[in-house]
Amino acid sequence: MIEFQLDTTSGVATYLQLVQQVHQALQLGLLEPGDRLPTAQQVVAQLAINPNTVLKAYRDLERQGLVRARPGQGTFITRSLPRTDPAVQSRFLGSMTDWLRSARAAGLGPDDVEAIYRTAFRSCFAEGVA
Amino acid sequence: MSFVIEARGLGKQYGRRWALRDCTLALPAGRVVGLVGPNGAGKTTLLHLTVGLLAPTSGSIRVLGTPPAEGPEQLGRVGFVAQDTPVYARLSVAQHLRMGAWLNPSWDRQIAESRIEKLDLDPRQRAGTLSGGQRAQLALTLAIAKRPECLILDEPVASLDPLARREFLRSLMEVVAAQGMSVVLSSHLIADLERVCDYLVVLAGSRVQVAGEVSELLASHHRLSGARRDASSLPASQEVIEESHTDKQSTFLVRTSDPVHDPAWTVRPVTLDDLVIAYMSRPAACERAHQPQLKVMS
Repeated sequence: MIEFQLDTTSGVATYLQLVQQVHQALQLGLLEPGDRLPTAQQVVAQLAINPNTVLKAYRDLERQGLVRARPGQGTFITRSLPRTDPAVQSRFLGSMTDWLRSARAAGLGPDDVEAIYRTAFRSCFAEGVA
Repeated sequence: MSFVIEARGLGKQYGRRWALRDCTLALPAGRVVGLVGPNGAGKTTLLHLTVGLLAPTSGSIRVLGTPPAEGPEQLGRVGFVAQDTPVYARLSVAQHLRMGAWLNPSWDRQIAESRIEKLDLDPRQRAGTLSGGQRAQLALTLAIAKRPECLILDEPVASLDPLARREFLRSLMEVVAAQGMSVVLSSHLIADLERVCDYLVVLAGSRVQVAGEVSELLASHHRLSGARRDASSLPASQEVIEESHTDKQSTFLVRTSDPVHDPAWTVRPVTLDDLVIAYMSRPAACERAHQPQLKVMS
């Protein structure tokens, strides 16, 4: 069973935060097929959030084919997400670090780098964002 | 879709002053609706119109499909907790429950008693000696034990300390999870409501400034900053909610359903807090724009 956390300063809708946390737990292998998600009532008691928000997140996960609600029993994980290959991760960490070093050598500060990253990130991923 | 509250051109006038004006709303059922606005924005007026404590000066309102307080049956379907969660100071907790049972045909004694027990309230204690948080919980108990379809709360947590606030909202959400009722609650602070509401109405200057589903509002508003430019240079699909300029830089809070691709902008998501404050400041900004410019003489 996982425990949800809430970041109220992120500007990310609460239900999306719950969805993302399930994705992360699946990628990290913390959740596997057959595992039960906390009930809406349990999440409400823990985070003091609206039960509709929890149900909305679970419906979203169900649409993605990751969970299935069994009436009277709870919501269960039905599929795992491929874990990110550690070799791929370290390859990109390496090239990112090289890139950052060369940006710093060219006289760019942390803020410049962040602005460039945000813009590039947005043009790559903007279409896929809900 | 069924609506818990439908208002059309609703207005209430006191003497010459409009406390609420041109209010047109359709609040979907089964939600927790947050009604946010500064003090004096018309929140209490709107809620009192909703429960039939006030009659409209103009327009119309329907609650659960019928006019407010139309008869005993309609009254039983709506629960109301007034501002500062009033209780009868000289009556004990148990006497409050007995009164609730006499006055409400649909009274659920088991809900009432199990809540009092869970809250660890002494049934013999007089309500006047309860803490603010306990008093609020007692008032909530009375409102939910009649098993309303719609529960309306006017600034229920304004006078509570942070811990009691969290506890009150948590127990309110537990009730919503268990009973599945529609809830409308007001506050002048968005921080009180952002965890619990999934639908938001911002009221300022006696008018509704924005209303919508929280997740949609967050997804459709962005803060853009970049080199100075005029609001008129933005695409028509981007509605400017707030703008500020320095000699070199411009910052806009815009509403748009399209993604923002212009590479000249740094785009940031907005928090619910930013969004509410931007809409709350709108009436004052409009007024300033319509006032004749004053020249400063030195």
